[in-house]
Amino acid sequence: MAPRHTARLAQALILAVFLGLAALLATTTAEHLAQRGIRSGFDFLLEPAGFALGESLLAFEPEDTTLRAFAAGLANTLRVALPGVVLALTVGILTGFARMGDNPLLRGLASGAIDAFRNVPLLLQLLAWYFILTDLLPAADAALRLGPGVYLSKSGLALPWWGEQGFETPEIAGFGIEGGARLTPEYLAMLLGLVLYSAAYIAETLRGAVEALPPGQRLAALAMGMTPRQAFLLVVLPQAWRAALPPVTSQLLNLFKNASLAVAIGYPDLVSVAGTSLNQTGRAIECLSIVIAVYLLLSLAAAALSRHLEARSLRGSHE
Amino acid sequence: MSSQGLRRLFGDPLNAVLSLGVLAAALVCLPPLVRWGLVNAVFQPDPAACEALQGRGACWGVVAEKARFIVLGRYPADALWRPALAAGLIAGSWLVAAFGRLSGGRLAAVLALPPLAALPILGGGFAGLEAVPTELWGGLPLTLLLTAAGMAGALPLGIAVAYGRRSRLPVLRGILTGYVELARGIPLVAALFVASFLLPLFFPDGMALDMLWRVLIAIVLFAAAYLSEIVRGGLQAIPTGQLDAAAALGFTPWQAQRHVVLPQVLGAVAPSLANSAIALFKDTSLVTIVSLYELTGSLGLALAGDAQWRPFYLEAWIFLATIYWAGCTLLARLSRQLEQGQPRRPGDRPHP
Repeated sequence: MAPRHTARLAQALILAVFLGLAALLATTTAEHLAQRGIRSGFDFLLEPAGFALGESLLAFEPEDTTLRAFAAGLANTLRVALPGVVLALTVGILTGFARMGDNPLLRGLASGAIDAFRNVPLLLQLLAWYFILTDLLPAADAALRLGPGVYLSKSGLALPWWGEQGFETPEIAGFGIEGGARLTPEYLAMLLGLVLYSAAYIAETLRGAVEALPPGQRLAALAMGMTPRQAFLLVVLPQAWRAALPPVTSQLLNLFKNASLAVAIGYPDLVSVAGTSLNQTGRAIECLSIVIAVYLLLSLAAAALSRHLEARSLRGSHE
Repeated sequence: MSSQGLRRLFGDPLNAVLSLGVLAAALVCLPPLVRWGLVNAVFQPDPAACEALQGRGACWGVVAEKARFIVLGRYPADALWRPALAAGLIAGSWLVAAFGRLSGGRLAAVLALPPLAALPILGGGFAGLEAVPTELWGGLPLTLLLTAAGMAGALPLGIAVAYGRRSRLPVLRGILTGYVELARGIPLVAALFVASFLLPLFFPDGMALDMLWRVLIAIVLFAAAYLSEIVRGGLQAIPTGQLDAAAALGFTPWQAQRHVVLPQVLGAVAPSLANSAIALFKDTSLVTIVSLYELTGSLGLALAGDAQWRPFYLEAWIFLATIYWAGCTLLARLSRQLEQGQPRRPGDRPHP
C-alpha cells in the first residue's frame, strides 16, 4: 500500500477509536445521570441560585439567577487577580532588583524571601494568611489603626472610600467599624498570598534572564564609561526583560489560575461558586464546563496579549 | 568588617539608606521573634503551660503532640511502620538521586520503583498485612506518593504525546494539541473537581474507582500535558543531522529515536522535568480540596476539631512549611545534579 493510503487509514482508525471512546463515555454518563435522577441542561442558569455569596463586587442575592452567581464569581476572580497582577509585577521586579543589587544585606533578605515563598505550597501560604487575619488580629472594636481612617482587624481592612454620604472615613463605633470601604479577610488573604507567591517567581525569572545574558554586554557598557548602575539599567535590563517576558506572562496567567484556590478559604471566586452550585443542583458537567470554558478563554486572551507584547518588544530592538 | 564590605553597604547615599533600613527592620523584628520562638516558648506538649503563655511565646508542644498525626495521617495506629516505610522509600530515592551520581535507566528505576512499592505496602491485603482502604492513607506518605507516582505516570505519557504531536497525521496532532491546551489552560483545582465529580459518571459501573485513583488519574493527565511541552521543546532542539547520521549508520527510524534522539532529549530536559516535580510536589496540597488528607489536609484534620490545640495553628504550620521547604530544596538539588550531569557539547555556553 502506498504510504499516503496507510496514513489515511491510520487517521481514520484514530478518529474512529477517539469517537468510539467519546460515544462510550457519553452513553455511560447519560445512563448514570438517568439512574441518579439528575436532569441535565443549562436551564438551571436562569433559575434562582438559592445560595448567598460571602462577598461580591456585583450586587448578588440568593433570589438572583445562577447565571448571575457565576458572573459574580468571575467578577470576584478578576477583582483579586487584576490588582494581583499589577502588585505581583511591582513587588517581583523590586525584589528582583534587590536580589541582583550590590547591597549584600538587601540581597540576602531578597534571596531568603524568594526561597521561602517559592518553596512552600501556595495553598499552605493562603491558609496561614487567613489564620493570621482572622484569628491573630484584634476584634473590630480594638482594631489596629494603620493611618488616618485605616483600620485592620478580624473583620478586615477598613479604608476611607466614597459611600452613601460622599467620601467617608471609617471610625470605630460600638463593636464595629462604620463608614468607608471594607476589604474582607478572605480577599486580603487571597491578594497577599497570590502577590507574594507570584512575585517570588517573577523575581527569580528576572534574575535568570539577567544571568543568561552574555557577560560581554555588561563589560562593553562599562568599557564605554557607563557606571555599573547605568550599564544595568540601560544595557542589561532591556535585553533581559525581553527574554523574561514569555515566562513572566506565564507566571501572571498562573496567578489567574491560582485564584481558584480561593475555594479553600471561602472567597467566592468563579470556581467556588461553581462548586457551590454543583452541590446544590447536581449539574456537575454543566458547572465544570463553564469553569473550563472561562479559563480557556482567559488563557487564549493571555496568549494573544503575550504575542502582542513580544512583537512590540522586538520592534523596539535593532536586531 | 573589611573596608570593602563597608563601602558596599554605605558607599553611596541610596545604599546607605537601604542598609540602614534593613538593619533597623532587623532590630525591630528579630528580638520579639527570638523571644516568641525560643525564650518564652514551651516545648512540652502541655496545653495548660501553652495557654498560660497568652501568645507571648510559641507553643512548640503542639508539634510534639500532633506531629505523628500530621505526618502519617489517619493510618491505623498499630501499623504505622507501613506509611513510615513507604515515605522513607520515596524520600530515600530522592536523596539517592540528588546526591548520588546516577543517570539514564538506573536513575529512572530508582525514582519510579519506590512509588510502585509504596502501593502494596500502604494497601496491604496480602502476606498477613491487613488491608487498609485508601481513605485512611494520608500525610507525608500520600504527598510523596502522589508526587512520585504522578511523575512516573506522567513522563511516559508526556513523551508519547510529544512524539504524537510531531506525527504526520493531522487528526492525531489535532486531538493531542487539544488535550495539551485544555489541560494547560485550566487550574488544577478544576481538574480535581472533574476527577471528583465527573470521573464516577464516566466510568462503567464495574469500574468504580476510589478517590485516590481518580485524583491520581487527574494528576497524571494534568502533569503529562506540561511534561509533553518540555519534551517537545527538547525534541525540537535536536538537529536533523543526528537522524541522518543514525540512518547512515543503518539505524531504523525507531532505533534512531530510541538510542540517539531520546537519550539526548531526556538528558537535556531533565532539570526542567525536576522543576516540574517541584511544582507537582507543592500542587499535591490541592487534593485536600477534594478530601484527600495529604500533609496540608492532615494539618487541618489534626487541629480543626481540637479546641485545646487549635490556637497554636501557626506553630504547627511552621513545622509543616519546613517539611515542604525541605522537600522542595531536595528536589531543587536533584535538578542541579541533573544539570551538572549534562555532557557539554562544543559551542555550549557554560552555565552561570
